[in-house]
Amino acid sequence: MGTNKKRRRSKIFRWVMYAFASALVVAAVIVGDWDRIAFNFFNPEVMGEMFPEVLTIAARNTIVYTVLSFIFGLVGALVLALMKMSSIGPYRWFAVGYIELFRGLPALITLILIGFGIPIAFQNIDIPGGTTGAGVLGLSIVAAAYMAETIRAGIEAVPRGQSEAARSLGMSSGRTMFTIVLPQAFRIIIPPLTNEMVLLIKDTSLFYVLGTTPLTKELTKFARDFMIEARNATPLTVAALVYLAITLPLTWLARRLEKRGARGRAGSETGDEQKNVLAQVSKSGIDR
Amino acid sequence: MTAAIEIRDLHKSFGSLEVLKGIDFEVALGEVVCVIGPSGSGKSTLLRCVNRLEEPTAGKILIEGEDITDPDVDIDAVRTKIGMVFQQFNLFPHLDVLHNLTVAQTKVLKRSEEEAGRVAHDVLDKVGLLDKVSEYPARLSGGQQQRVAIARSLAMNPDMMLFDEPTSALDPELIGEVLDVMRQLAREGMTMMVVTHEMGFALEVADRVVFMDEGVVVEDGPPDVVLKEPRTQRARQFLRMVTHH
Repeated sequence: MGTNKKRRRSKIFRWVMYAFASALVVAAVIVGDWDRIAFNFFNPEVMGEMFPEVLTIAARNTIVYTVLSFIFGLVGALVLALMKMSSIGPYRWFAVGYIELFRGLPALITLILIGFGIPIAFQNIDIPGGTTGAGVLGLSIVAAAYMAETIRAGIEAVPRGQSEAARSLGMSSGRTMFTIVLPQAFRIIIPPLTNEMVLLIKDTSLFYVLGTTPLTKELTKFARDFMIEARNATPLTVAALVYLAITLPLTWLARRLEKRGARGRAGSETGDEQKNVLAQVSKSGIDR
Repeated sequence: MTAAIEIRDLHKSFGSLEVLKGIDFEVALGEVVCVIGPSGSGKSTLLRCVNRLEEPTAGKILIEGEDITDPDVDIDAVRTKIGMVFQQFNLFPHLDVLHNLTVAQTKVLKRSEEEAGRVAHDVLDKVGLLDKVSEYPARLSGGQQQRVAIARSLAMNPDMMLFDEPTSALDPELIGEVLDVMRQLAREGMTMMVVTHEMGFALEVADRVVFMDEGVVVEDGPPDVVLKEPRTQRARQFLRMVTHH
């Protein structure tokens, strides 16, 4: 009897919520000045002017910056993860210090430190690629810190018996890591790595602080400049849609890979254990 | 003649827990030795010390006369001579059966892909799984996985084989096929050290049976004696428990 009453109460609560939400939408529709909204956010004239540069320059730059930062970040992350698991104290301390430092700092500060700090501190060092290169370097440094933890968790999720079997066959520890452990670890961490890539896509919007030229603008900077020029907010709407056109397929792909990975491991005895680790790994990646 | 495996006064501690308390032990060339004993008696640890998956705390281990506890020894080279079969099979799940068998051959022994593949087919034939050469481990039964694991070790042409409870993770109906393969190996003269609970196998196949308890060797002798007329109370008690379950 008690549960019945409870169920009825939660049903009533749900209907109240629906009614409230509908009222909000109706109010917005009545109160909103739709002509102004359309003119300022969905202006076909302004939209037309943005093409094709918004794709050929801005979106392209965003993708290039993301992919480069991801690749360099991944290499750095692998080195850091191996250092953090090393039996040699100083390696471990360095990795821990690095990871804590760059996960603790806002990416914006790291970018500024790299982009403006290095040229001031080392006058005869040029970062290849100019301000863009500095941006990629800065973002790679940040990404490495985040992905290092993911990779380490992936390596630790590979059962110990795997490396014992490899070592028993006479493989060295390095050979074991690269031919037996890492291929399995990467399979486990593809979903959280994809999440990391989505985060990187959005972080490339910070590149503007280092200064840009018309050809190096990424999506956000491109849209903001266009907005000021056109005195109209439509460019932001367009940029938002382009971001979604990039990130939504990626998250969809990540979910597919995750499902496929789970199915592939369903037969193995450690499947559940790995899924748990995976959940932890994903969480640690997202909490940025 | 030099023994295949010679262990002298071996001690192993995990923290303050002493698991092996001075083991003296030998396996002659071509001999099959089964190590039995209650869980926690140290028999798996002893086996894992033989190829230094566990680092001994004190004592010496000689493989074909070479002291492998010497820090200068090339342990990777020594391990290629010692096949190891695990309770949990530990096949590489990201590689198909063929590459499970060839990866160490090509990377460690530097055999060509072609030669490694030929050896892989030979040993797979031996364990009766030639038709599974391109399957992935997850699609094999436990018994088949363990036979592939044995083949993987054999592909390295080891001088001796270590078995760490090779049938303990198997469903009862799959134990037989693995024991058959091991029996055949023993017949062919392979030097084997087998940690097992299969008393029937020990009685039939072993040249010698060693009974361990609490980190020491309690009995060491022919299977007929150790398994049927043990001298010590501890061995009698253990055997009564495993045969009346």
